[in-house]
Amino acid sequence: MATKRIEIVQDILNVNDQIAEQTSSDLHMHKIFSMNIMASPGAGKTSLIMRTLETLSPEIRCAVLEGDTAPVTIDAEKISGIGIPAIQINTGGDCHLNANLVRKGIQALDLDNLDLIIVENVGNLICPASWKLGTDINVVIASIPEGDDKPYKYPNIYRGIQALVLNKIDLKPYVDFNVPYFKAGITALNPQVEFFEVSSKTGEGIDTWVSWLKEKITHLS
Amino acid sequence: MHELSVTEEILSAAQKIAEEEHALKITNIYLEIGKLSGIVDESVSFYWNELRKSTICEDATLHFSMVPARIKCRDCKNEYILEHDLIPCPSCSSLNIQIIGGEEFILKSIEIEK
Repeated sequence: MATKRIEIVQDILNVNDQIAEQTSSDLHMHKIFSMNIMASPGAGKTSLIMRTLETLSPEIRCAVLEGDTAPVTIDAEKISGIGIPAIQINTGGDCHLNANLVRKGIQALDLDNLDLIIVENVGNLICPASWKLGTDINVVIASIPEGDDKPYKYPNIYRGIQALVLNKIDLKPYVDFNVPYFKAGITALNPQVEFFEVSSKTGEGIDTWVSWLKEKITHLS
Repeated sequence: MHELSVTEEILSAAQKIAEEEHALKITNIYLEIGKLSGIVDESVSFYWNELRKSTICEDATLHFSMVPARIKCRDCKNEYILEHDLIPCPSCSSLNIQIIGGEEFILKSIEIEK
């Protein structure tokens, strides 16, 4: 019996990343822009997605992939309820979406008739950060009641994002949330990030956020 | 908890290599973990102890080497090691910084018996 050392140097998430690249290239072939939305549970991902869809649709043809850890269809039903195609992806207990799950979800959509795919990741500020999905942009939604210390406690999620949407700003009068402190944390982790303040409930700030997104979408097509 | 999926990827990569090399068993697996990778080595080891059972990796030990977070300042081009999160450039105090190392999670090498 002989012992042999084999040098490899392979990224462990190589398989995931290759699938993500394939998804990205397929979507670009169809001129579809894609966005991965990450947040903690309850930050308002689905509400903000619905506000965004209401503003973009029908001019921009949208679809949503809804990631959840449990076999529920609550969010997909909400989106379908406003006439937007939605696919529910259940991770079977896993705490994040991966490129393979997203790819399967995308294959269930009519890609010839879409301009935008929004992927709503599993509510979690840790695990989704490590898994590329092949989307054009990654966005984190934070919210006032979560507290202003999140960039300091969960730094990884903020590093690979292009935009940060601070939601529920209508609650500012009732919660001690120090916006400059929060922003400083984000800037230190990711100086290029675009920062938006919105309230999905009142609609404040939604137009600015959607205009930015729309520019990204039209830039692709 | 994402370490479970990550550990499954390690097992699957090692099994593939063992098959290609016609190995009888895998004895050691060497990994590099970047400080900013978000992967906790203790959690990987915990899942590994379960996942390796009844596989060609049953007797394989995981070895981790930690890769520091390397940062480059876009303004003054200074390169430095990040000891903690959220530190501006120590030479010019700029926050216009870029990560140039420490996000990796790499299967570096494995040892097999054949």
